Amino acid sequence: MSAVYILWLREMRRYLRSRSQIVASLGQPVLYLVALGFGLGPVFRKAGMGSYLQFVAPGVISMTVLFTSVFSGIGLLWDRQFGFLKETLVAPVPRVQIMLGRMLGNATVAMIQGLLVAVVCFVAGFRIHDFARAPLALLFMALIACLFSALGTAIGSALQDMQGFQLVMNFLVMPIFFLSGALYPLDNLPKLFAAATMADPLSYGVDGMRTMLLGISHFGAALDVAVLAGVGLVLLGVGSYLFSKIQI
Amino acid sequence: MIRVENLVKKFGAVTAVDHISFTVERGEIFAFLGPNGAGKTTTIKMLTTLLTPDSGTLEVDGLDPRVRAHEVRKRFGIVFQDPSLDSELTAQENMELHGVFFHVPRKLRIARTTELLRIFDLWERRGQRVKFFSGGMKRRLEIARALLHTPKILFLDEPTLGLDPQTRNQMWTQVKSLNQEEQVTVFLTTHYMEEAERVAQRLAIIDHGKIVAQGSPQELKQQTSTASLEDAFLALTGTQIRDESANAGADVMRQVAQMWSRRR
Repeated sequence: MSAVYILWLREMRRYLRSRSQIVASLGQPVLYLVALGFGLGPVFRKAGMGSYLQFVAPGVISMTVLFTSVFSGIGLLWDRQFGFLKETLVAPVPRVQIMLGRMLGNATVAMIQGLLVAVVCFVAGFRIHDFARAPLALLFMALIACLFSALGTAIGSALQDMQGFQLVMNFLVMPIFFLSGALYPLDNLPKLFAAATMADPLSYGVDGMRTMLLGISHFGAALDVAVLAGVGLVLLGVGSYLFSKIQI
Repeated sequence: MIRVENLVKKFGAVTAVDHISFTVERGEIFAFLGPNGAGKTTTIKMLTTLLTPDSGTLEVDGLDPRVRAHEVRKRFGIVFQDPSLDSELTAQENMELHGVFFHVPRKLRIARTTELLRIFDLWERRGQRVKFFSGGMKRRLEIARALLHTPKILFLDEPTLGLDPQTRNQMWTQVKSLNQEEQVTVFLTTHYMEEAERVAQRLAIIDHGKIVAQGSPQELKQQTSTASLEDAFLALTGTQIRDESANAGADVMRQVAQMWSRRR
């Protein structure tokens, strides 16, 4: 298991050394929070839904975790290109452990980024509904981070080079974000669209976050946990299978 | 130490390695020579469990890499043709990672890291990130790293490509002395004939996936009645120029990645 730890530590070291990247990657969520939070605020309030900033903050935190974990999972491609992957593949360590170490590292990085955005949300005026339940929001963040790190690793193992990256962005990651209800309530949607949102695992993550931070729930926390854990385990299986098949 | 018989590897219609057979004795320095695209790297990848051969038998220290991959991996160290360091980590951290991967006990790992970094003249720079290293320093670090877990076999895939004569000379001196002191079997590939002649006790010349000759440098020169190994090589493989296999995809990605890292 020490291999898992050292790979986790590697991800941490790399993350902490890229300070400018940490700041840069906060730009997008902050933009969403400010532009949408304040821009759509008046309309949202007029519709009788309360503060949009309150509503969108858990969604923006979830978005940060989603993007960070998928991207760092795909970081596997960089390791393939710059050769470090070979070093890990000739080591006498089961590939599952190599994948787990990377994945846990990626998930931790995504959690930290999510927490940084949470701090920004507080500064912007976001307030938690019930502090006793806040730790449970962390649990949901962790579930989102693990699920999408596994997805990123699976994609990173399957792709050979950067050509497919844009494809994955436009046809997978962005839809996952936009269909998740991070930006709008999932109530009273057209049927087909509602079905699409229900098929998106991030919907359950965002819902779980909102349940714990705001006390409003769409699916119910039990279903949220069940779906996230279930899909997460499936993706973990797929990811380790694809990772074990990598030939260089 | 290494035994290969009738080894075959095909990539689609191309036969990269075509029924090759050779053996490498314990403690020997064995060189694999060949033009670009001859099948040298593919052979190394099969011996080091990175690729699965299509047919033939191969043995590394008496074990089949296909079946006992895990055991085989413990026995060798490898320096790849392309860099394989984590450039965001320091020299010492790269060594640490490798030591943990290869289950080297902590105390021994620290002692051996110190010793190897001193031997390869990197001790002063141990705390610096690898991305600030020169090509030669990276190479030396990769060799030091490959030796950290005291492997029985050291694979060196064109280790001196792009290095200046000083660094090359120093590197081979160190590899030779390690071969003598620690009895490491060395399997290397190179295009530099004078290097192969100086370092290797035996060599094999491979072309179009087939071994065209093997023996000591002396024997090869006698066989082809040529004065130098370079001439023997040309006599055996012809003078036609081989194209490096086009790797456009990788180039594009390297560029994208560079842009990315500049943005950070």
